Amino acid sequence: MSRPKAFNTKIKIAFALWWTAWAALQFSVLWGYGLTIVQATVDSLISNWLLAGCCLLIANNMRYYLPGKEKYWYVLAISLALSLMWLLVVRVILGSLFKGDLSYSAILSNSLLIRFGVGLLMLEMVTAMSLLWYSQKEQKNMEERKNDAEKLTKEAELFKLRQQLQPHFLFNSLNSINALIAVKPGEARKMIEQLSDFLRGTLRKEDQQWVNLSEELQYLKLYLDIEKVRFGHRLSDEIDCDASAAAMKVPPMLLQPIVENAIKFGLYDTIDDIVIRISAHANNDQLEVVVENPFDPETSNPKQGTGFGLSSVRRRLQLLYARSDLLNTRVEANHFITSVSIPQTI
Amino acid sequence: MKTLIIDDEPLARLLIKEYLQPYPEVEIVQECNDGFEGLKAIQQHQPELIFLDIQMPKINGFEMLELVEQPPAVIFTTAYDEYAIRAFESHAVDYLLKPFSKERFDKAMEKWKESSHAVAAKANTQALIDSVVPTPSQANRIVVKLGGKIKIIPVDEILYLEGADDYVKIFTKEGSYLKNKTMSYFELSLDAQQFVRTHRSYIVNVQLITRIEPYEKDGHLAILKSGAQVPVSKTGYGKLKQVLGL
Repeated sequence: MSRPKAFNTKIKIAFALWWTAWAALQFSVLWGYGLTIVQATVDSLISNWLLAGCCLLIANNMRYYLPGKEKYWYVLAISLALSLMWLLVVRVILGSLFKGDLSYSAILSNSLLIRFGVGLLMLEMVTAMSLLWYSQKEQKNMEERKNDAEKLTKEAELFKLRQQLQPHFLFNSLNSINALIAVKPGEARKMIEQLSDFLRGTLRKEDQQWVNLSEELQYLKLYLDIEKVRFGHRLSDEIDCDASAAAMKVPPMLLQPIVENAIKFGLYDTIDDIVIRISAHANNDQLEVVVENPFDPETSNPKQGTGFGLSSVRRRLQLLYARSDLLNTRVEANHFITSVSIPQTI
Repeated sequence: MKTLIIDDEPLARLLIKEYLQPYPEVEIVQECNDGFEGLKAIQQHQPELIFLDIQMPKINGFEMLELVEQPPAVIFTTAYDEYAIRAFESHAVDYLLKPFSKERFDKAMEKWKESSHAVAAKANTQALIDSVVPTPSQANRIVVKLGGKIKIIPVDEILYLEGADDYVKIFTKEGSYLKNKTMSYFELSLDAQQFVRTHRSYIVNVQLITRIEPYEKDGHLAILKSGAQVPVSKTGYGKLKQVLGL
């Protein structure tokens, strides 16, 4: 939490002026009571400097430790104690400075009550003012933070929606359908069906309910099939899933960014014919899914960053299972291999 | 009139071929699957007009165009491209957003015919290329021509850049390459936290600096890991200090 700014220059000047005025007042009162100029000056300066110091102490303390409402009485009590201490210190210092002078000592003793009254009032006033000042600042900060957080959440949601639509994929696919209509209308129809199934899948998935791996793989197969139409014979896929794995559960859309990643670097950024492989098998209580894609080392460097775009998957796994070891990547001879382990029991 | 279709999706090319059927005066001399093929085909056939996709493997449409001397008129085809729509509006013959209808395509061809001479359209393409500066988040590589081939230089491998009159020399561990751009172009498109213009004619990759020594009266020299020495002017030194947090 950021500290509120200390008193700015204007306030510092006002503070200094106030104490100068007050010291001058005390000086004239003491002088009027018959003290010498020296005595009056020293007395008022020392008393007021010390009192000013106490006020600064309190105000500064509030800057770092702002008490809640229930502590207000406590704080006022502290300033009471502080003013008593101040009085004691003043008495001791002034008493010893003017030890021999009896008339001074008399005036000093007689004025103790008034001094205490003034000192106490001053300190309590400063306490109250600081409390008010710093609480207001705190309030403002909290409001600002709240607004910022809300803005961020909204932006994140919009971004997520936009990402889900995958505009490049969508519009390119529609363009392919457009091309097929004249020459292969049957295939155009099929692709329209595939695309709408895919989009429906994208929009449907709720975060909470887990799906069977077979369902998720079906969805991913749709995605790959659509891409196959777009890219002619460049893309082939091999999906290999054993029976026990097919029945296991996965969080919906968990695997999609991984396959998207594989397509982005394996297909969009390469020129030759390629194969994307997805394999899934059960391993005791865990489901292991491996996605493999080739990549072109000239244009993509897997050593950079956390394996491009997989950070969202990592984060999701962290949130779901509180583990950071479930997603692993490695490179083998120009092939990028992503493995995810999905525990079946939380 | 010769034309090329450059797009990495066969179906997208098929669509344009179909739409071009009612234009017998336009001859499709070649279809290209990527920027490399595209560059070669342009050099070989010298078409008047090309249909160019932007999103292509390895190098995109813009990067390919940069390497073409005297580029032809261009009609861009793109699925969804945020960053250069405005540039298209001012300089390209037209841009077609996929999926586009036959009518929309015909309108683009009208524009092409209207642009009085092929020369004017070609000049516009050059202006277009010059006006498009990739944002630092996109420029993680620089594309240059090396003999007849295209070389992709990852930005992290650049030691420094040296400016001359009409072009800039890019230095890496392997050697130096020329690119037909200005120093300001690189200043704008490279990440300012990694690449600092230390001198009127030099931009340095600060990640590869091992030390900075004073040099002559007011200047300095940045010594790179490779041993290269790059001049740093007085203002350049200030910029360096700021970026490096000295």
